[in-house]
Amino acid sequence: MSEIHAGKYFNPEFETLTREEIEALQLERLQKTVRHCMNNEFYRKKFAEAGITPDDIKTLADVQKLPFTTKQDLRESYPFGMACVPLRDCVRLHSSSGTTGNPTVILHTQRDLDEWANQVARNLWMVGLRPDDVFQNSSGYGMFTGGLGFQYGAEKLGMLTVPAAAGNSLRQIKFIKDFGTTAIHAVPSYITRLYEVMKEQGVDPRRDTKLKMLAIGAEPHSEEQRQRIEEMLGVKAYNSFGMSEMCGPGVGFECPEQNGLHFWEDYYIVEIVNPETLEPVPDGEIGELVLTTLCREAMPLLRYRTRDLTRVLGRTCPCGRNHIRLDRMRGRSDDMMVLRGVNIFPIQIEKILMQFSELGNNYLITLTTDADNDNMTVEVELAEATDDYKQLQNLEREIKRRLKDEILLTPIVKLVPQGSLPVSEGKAVRVVDKRKVYQ
Amino acid sequence: MTIPQLSIFIENRSGTLITVLNVLKQAGIQIIASTIADTAEYGIYRLICSEPMRACEELKKAGVAVALSGVFALEIDDQPGRAADAVKTFSEAGISITYMYSFLLRGKGILVFRTDDNDHAAAVITSNQLKTIDESALTALV
Repeated sequence: MSEIHAGKYFNPEFETLTREEIEALQLERLQKTVRHCMNNEFYRKKFAEAGITPDDIKTLADVQKLPFTTKQDLRESYPFGMACVPLRDCVRLHSSSGTTGNPTVILHTQRDLDEWANQVARNLWMVGLRPDDVFQNSSGYGMFTGGLGFQYGAEKLGMLTVPAAAGNSLRQIKFIKDFGTTAIHAVPSYITRLYEVMKEQGVDPRRDTKLKMLAIGAEPHSEEQRQRIEEMLGVKAYNSFGMSEMCGPGVGFECPEQNGLHFWEDYYIVEIVNPETLEPVPDGEIGELVLTTLCREAMPLLRYRTRDLTRVLGRTCPCGRNHIRLDRMRGRSDDMMVLRGVNIFPIQIEKILMQFSELGNNYLITLTTDADNDNMTVEVELAEATDDYKQLQNLEREIKRRLKDEILLTPIVKLVPQGSLPVSEGKAVRVVDKRKVYQ
Repeated sequence: MTIPQLSIFIENRSGTLITVLNVLKQAGIQIIASTIADTAEYGIYRLICSEPMRACEELKKAGVAVALSGVFALEIDDQPGRAADAVKTFSEAGISITYMYSFLLRGKGILVFRTDDNDHAAAVITSNQLKTIDESALTALV
């Protein structure tokens, strides 16, 4: 890891690699990672079942010979079954909530933490943050990796970093003003909440703050939602991708071009596969993101099925980085709702709602069974009050019509007053499934 | 020619109206007239009150979405037939009334309404020398 942060690059020697150089480095690191996995019983067994040994990895394409790993593998090996180093060499663990079964545990060595912080610092540097900036991390701390991940990354870059954590919006706004915060990281739904409180308090972000950018992530959000956030606060909002299985935030981030997320190929091998056949899909086609870690010591993951759906946008970029560009996540393959035989992603609904300037930022999708029929109700907050009843009726009709064009069935649309839907301070809950029979 | 009216979007479920009324109560604002439509999902609660600007601010502070707009307020004699006379004037001019409600103020009837063509309605009021009240008439009440 170099400490030369030249011009627009934080790690110029890695960020500006050519495609050939990236692939040569990936092969070298993949071979090392696979050999390292042989320290662990889980992987030895998996390799034996697949009939492969580390010597079979001769080219980068050989990654496809490796078995996939899944969240289920992590659950079954809870808590330490997938560690590839002794526990005494680990310094941190993060764990998922485990609401749907055993929690998952991810272990980190000191070097894993350093590399993680480097990825986050690289991202923040990429979008123009420098040691003079003040970074307010309004993300949940604790087990949620968005807290400590951004904290260590922002500090590594050299910024004054405020671990504000999520919630207490009045205090957040006070910090933004008093500390001269120039950048905030939060989930997108919390940014919109902060803006609403600013409005109530008569705080104009353009006039009363020094904000110059936002990092938003951890919740799938549409391009429309991003543009709204940018208009509200008058600054650029960059999409961040992370997942605790890989480390946390840092894995992928948008550059100033905002033309997709660069995934750092010196750290990961990126594959996009058909979630059913598990065969690779061509560039541009949507599939499930599969990641192989290349630098992790404590818990390397081979061909980990993220369940996130995306597509490859390109492998070059006007910003000078040749690291693969992926589209914003379309949702997760396990977030997909199946309603009367139609596959629907919450993000499709959000995309439509955000096209209406009359609507606010908060919405809730509820699935119910009424008289043996499955129905979808979309509750959405109005942005402003109106004295025109007809306008409300037309709005409701138009929302229904455009939703039907997008998802092929007509949901029940309920307009609700601003601030009446529940606001969560972590990831927003967008879908409630109350149906009798789960598909 | 117009007086300020507050319009508040409220959901048709118990507890929503009282939230709004409590804000006004705590701010010491007097409601002079109000109306609410009966629909399946939501309604618009329209009200005329003392200190409409302050009422608006207090409601916004409490997180209630509120719109402030001007509505016509005709003063008519409190006698049978006067409302019919007033509305006839607009009807003959081809103007539709989108909503209307009324209240009594110092022994006079006040018709509050909005039309589908407010510029035209204003011209009709002027040319027919119809009497309207302004905001000061409301403030003088309290």
